[in-house]
Amino acid sequence: MLSIASLEIGQRAVIKDFSVDVVPLKLLEMGCLPGNEVTLLQEAPFKDPLYLTINGSHLAIRKEMACKIEIELING
Amino acid sequence: MAKQINVALIGNPNTGKSSVFNILTGLNQKVGNYPGITVEKKQGTCQLERNLKAHIIDLPGTYSLNASSLDENVVIELLLNKKDKDYPDVAVVIADIENLKRNLLLFTQIKDLRIPTILAINMADRMKRKAISLNIKELEEKLGTKIVLLSSRKKTGIETLKSLISNYNSLSLTPCIKSSKIAPEYFERLQKTFPNQDLYKLWLVVTQDVNFGKLNRKKINGIQPFQTESITNLKRLQQKETIARYQFINDTLKKTLSIDSKNAKDLRSRFDKILTHKFWGYVIFFSILLLIFQAIFDWSTYPMDFIDNSFTLLSEWLKINLPPGVFSNLIAEGIIPGLGGIVIFIPQIAFLFLFISILEESGYMSRVVFLMDRIMRRFGLSGKSVVPLVSGTACAIPAIMATRNIENWKERLITILVTPFITCAARLPVYLIIISLVIPEGRVLGIISLQGLTLLILYGLGFAAAIIAAYTLDKYLHVKSKSFFVIEMPNYKLPLLKNVGITVLEKTKSFVFGAGKIILAISIILWVMGSYGPGDFNQAEEIVLQQTKQQNLSQEELAIKLSSFKLENSYIGIVGKFIEPAVKPLGYDWKIGIALISSFAAREVFIGTLATMYSVGNDEVETIKERMAAEINPSNGAPLFNLASGISLLLFYAFAMQCMSTLAIVKRETNSWKWPLWQLLSMTALAYIVALAAYQILK
Repeated sequence: MLSIASLEIGQRAVIKDFSVDVVPLKLLEMGCLPGNEVTLLQEAPFKDPLYLTINGSHLAIRKEMACKIEIELING
Repeated sequence: MAKQINVALIGNPNTGKSSVFNILTGLNQKVGNYPGITVEKKQGTCQLERNLKAHIIDLPGTYSLNASSLDENVVIELLLNKKDKDYPDVAVVIADIENLKRNLLLFTQIKDLRIPTILAINMADRMKRKAISLNIKELEEKLGTKIVLLSSRKKTGIETLKSLISNYNSLSLTPCIKSSKIAPEYFERLQKTFPNQDLYKLWLVVTQDVNFGKLNRKKINGIQPFQTESITNLKRLQQKETIARYQFINDTLKKTLSIDSKNAKDLRSRFDKILTHKFWGYVIFFSILLLIFQAIFDWSTYPMDFIDNSFTLLSEWLKINLPPGVFSNLIAEGIIPGLGGIVIFIPQIAFLFLFISILEESGYMSRVVFLMDRIMRRFGLSGKSVVPLVSGTACAIPAIMATRNIENWKERLITILVTPFITCAARLPVYLIIISLVIPEGRVLGIISLQGLTLLILYGLGFAAAIIAAYTLDKYLHVKSKSFFVIEMPNYKLPLLKNVGITVLEKTKSFVFGAGKIILAISIILWVMGSYGPGDFNQAEEIVLQQTKQQNLSQEELAIKLSSFKLENSYIGIVGKFIEPAVKPLGYDWKIGIALISSFAAREVFIGTLATMYSVGNDEVETIKERMAAEINPSNGAPLFNLASGISLLLFYAFAMQCMSTLAIVKRETNSWKWPLWQLLSMTALAYIVALAAYQILK
């Protein structure tokens, strides 16, 4: 499965799906919803946490959470 | 007659809400707490028109009305309670032009509560640079509201906002989304049970506790919890609501907002490349920390010396110019030296809050959280613990309050428990005076001053103790909690002088007045206890004369004998002698013992206490330091403050939990007496053992 954690810096993707039970409401409210675009901007040492833009919001989440959010890469 | 309306400012964090509040109210604002909780309540007034005044409340920043913390809960509690005296006549939602999509989520929720709501889009001055264009007229229609483009930086749009607030009666109350659309079947049942209530309001009341358990709150408008659905199902419905709202927002913005990304200038990503860099990011962060410490320990010594000397002069002047009597003695010997002990570190507190507020305002603090999260997690902490730990160098109380945005309860608890180890500003005056008494002035390798080095070691020790304690707690503490972490990385902003100024002023004021009251009370109590006593105290002169009959003492020597005899037989002397056995192994006399005990009110009281005790009955005015240096240990005739007792005292202060206010805050934030008691006992025991070992080895 391709997840946000497997993105390279600068790569863009579309959020496909995630289990509603593992992703907290707060993340949804910040724009992390299926169909929205996500880009990896920076990563801290050991790729954790990850600094992303999702739906225009700039935010950082831990690798642990990023692993649970499935994505589809956007080509180009 | 002048009319007054209630206005609530609501918005996501980092939208410049507080700047708007500061512009609207100027200095007509006051900061307090919501009753019973430690959430900051900011309110102020603003003259809208000749006959219309606005009472403005700056509510805590929140991303939605689904509260997940104490601060966010304040917002929903107010908006759901029509009977609250602060219930807004009109709500102003402050949004950031660059995050309009996300900001509108909160807007639609508030609008759906049928509160007249104005949308104020802030940072409009950035639109050109970011190549954003907005069809305001159409957006107003779609959202059913009035919109104002603001720039709190350039101070534009404020008059328009004021006139919109004045005309709040003309705002439409039609909801953005029919809430029954979220889950038709569930909402139908809800409506049947409470036919007279507004549906969306009901929904919020029902789900209020889903993400935020721990609070026993009063029932709002008599609505009983409507628990016909499991928590999981309610959570699902909340997610459906969020998705439905975003659908509405996306549709709305598609037709009204356009961003020409080719022409947008992106300063944030350029800054982030350096500031969150795997290597340079850390170098910059640690350089900034060094700069902060330099300011606190070096630059602030000049105003501090000035304050110390001024208070000495004041005390001297009062002694000469006040009519002699008990009351004058109380002022000159009790109150003034006591107050001097607190006023002296205003410069340091102000510097600290200055830096912290600049770091937060500029958006840099979020980058620090990002950089430090992984490292802090190894010790059971979170990246978000950095802010409390750095603030802890000022004062543990605001620091512990700053742990609220740590989502994971275990990480938050550990942060709360270890923060008091960090060297707070109240320890600093104690450190400074003892170091200057017992550590020689020389330099190591000709560059680093020995005294400065000692101070640095003490700070390092506090930090190390916090980290080690966190690591140990992480291993042995079993607390159920869900791991979760998200932090917004806001755009970089040049901090506004006014915002920083107001923060520094407010924080310093509340610190000084909060601690000042306690110190004043303790100085008075100590002075009274030191100036009166039972039995022998009242025949002091006869007894001393009797004892010294053969010694042929001069008038002056006799006076000294008399005052020390009086002090030892006063009430305070009796208490001090009683506890002396406990502190003697650490190298202290009974006066230091008293100072240690009074330090539990606040650490900085230590100096004030010694100052008060040494000046009772002593008419010569000297600085506090001179008085302390002159103290002699009666058992061996050497100075009381020597290397061994000094180091022991420094270590005791480094580790001991000596602050009642911190304990009270920990009790509030953890909702139990278990944790503050645990802190008090374990930290103080550690301090006693370490201080004992140090004295016994060094003496």
